Amino acid sequence: MATETLTSSEYIRHHLQNLTWGRLPDGGFGIAQNAEQAHAMGFWAINLDTMFMSLLLGVVFLGLFRSVAGSMTAGIPGGVQNFVEWIVEFIDSSVRGSFSGRNPMVAPLALTIFVWIFLMNLMDLLPVDWVPHIAKALGVPFFRVVPSTDPNGTFGMSISVFLIVVFFSIKVKGLGGFLGELAFHPFGKIGLPANLFLEGVNLIAKPVSLALRLFGNMYAGEMIFILIALMFGGGYGLAAFGGALQWAWAVFHVLIITLQAFIFMTLTIVYMDMAHHVEDH
Amino acid sequence: MNINATLIGQSITFFVFVWFCMKYIWPPIMNALHERKQQIADGLAAGERGRHELELATKRATSDMHDAKLKAGEIVAQAEKRATQVIEEAKQAARIEADRILVSAQASVDQEVVRAREALRSHVAELAVAGAERILRREVDAKVHADLLTAIQNEL
Repeated sequence: MATETLTSSEYIRHHLQNLTWGRLPDGGFGIAQNAEQAHAMGFWAINLDTMFMSLLLGVVFLGLFRSVAGSMTAGIPGGVQNFVEWIVEFIDSSVRGSFSGRNPMVAPLALTIFVWIFLMNLMDLLPVDWVPHIAKALGVPFFRVVPSTDPNGTFGMSISVFLIVVFFSIKVKGLGGFLGELAFHPFGKIGLPANLFLEGVNLIAKPVSLALRLFGNMYAGEMIFILIALMFGGGYGLAAFGGALQWAWAVFHVLIITLQAFIFMTLTIVYMDMAHHVEDH
Repeated sequence: MNINATLIGQSITFFVFVWFCMKYIWPPIMNALHERKQQIADGLAAGERGRHELELATKRATSDMHDAKLKAGEIVAQAEKRATQVIEEAKQAARIEADRILVSAQASVDQEVVRAREALRSHVAELAVAGAERILRREVDAKVHADLLTAIQNEL
């Protein structure tokens, strides 16, 4: 394991370091060699590992589903088609259950969110050292495999969802209706400042809670995997115990990754429903 | 763990993926699912219709069979009646024919009897004459006794 030459804290830090590309302190562009350099790059830097993994997983997801959609038959479905249909019907029934409006975008949005986040989270079940070791062999210093443990990844998705929700709110209720809901909602015209404050917090809490919930769960899960992986360097007994622990945590984590993908999807559907629901005053 | 432009990259990726999914993945799959649902519904309806038709056909077949049985019974009864009638007629004809044959036989027998009697009569006369001739050759003249002989002949 990597602990042969590193201390535990270095090992953990290494695992939590994104492959960030941006302007280095010396003025050139390149990959940050440590957390301080990555921090110094400011906003205009990009985490190559997060982008690469999320693109790869997205392409895998879309490729699989597109190949099925292309050869889709109403007759007897084959194995892959059956699997894809199972997921699509699950999403469809979720959307039907929570979304009462009419919008052809909601179901594909929910499908994309669910499968994509599930695949991202699934990367957490790969043993923590595999991909970084492969990356190291290829000359890449850092590689975080799970895009949903990068807040950029989760906030990127939740802010996109938020923008879509706001867009449809304004489209359905009109700009006046949307602002009116913000300004006059809980207490009527008298309580306008309080309304703005409450509804504003309510509005902002949506993307923040979506992103932080997913990020927190996945980050904590990954952290535990890393801590368990530290045991592998501590002799045979501890390594065996660590192996058992890793297995147990992975089994439990299967539940978490599915649940997190499902929660993200369901909340998106609910927010979309709220955007389409005109409240009576 | 810094917030950086990955955020924007991830958002763009997300929008592209959602757009792609909405355009090329969701509609064909949903269409096929609806089509299959329709096919299943049609199949079930056709099955229901078929069962209904089978029920009707069974009912019709039963009633047809019942009618046929009745008709067959009628025909058999008619045939039996006709047969007895034919037999009766045949019997009647046979009886008439037998009577006719009997009558004609009787007539021919009578005729034969008459004829035989005639023949016998003439033979007897001849025989008697012959016998008598022999006996009386010497003493009886045939011509003398002719009256007597004719009388006997007539008595026969």
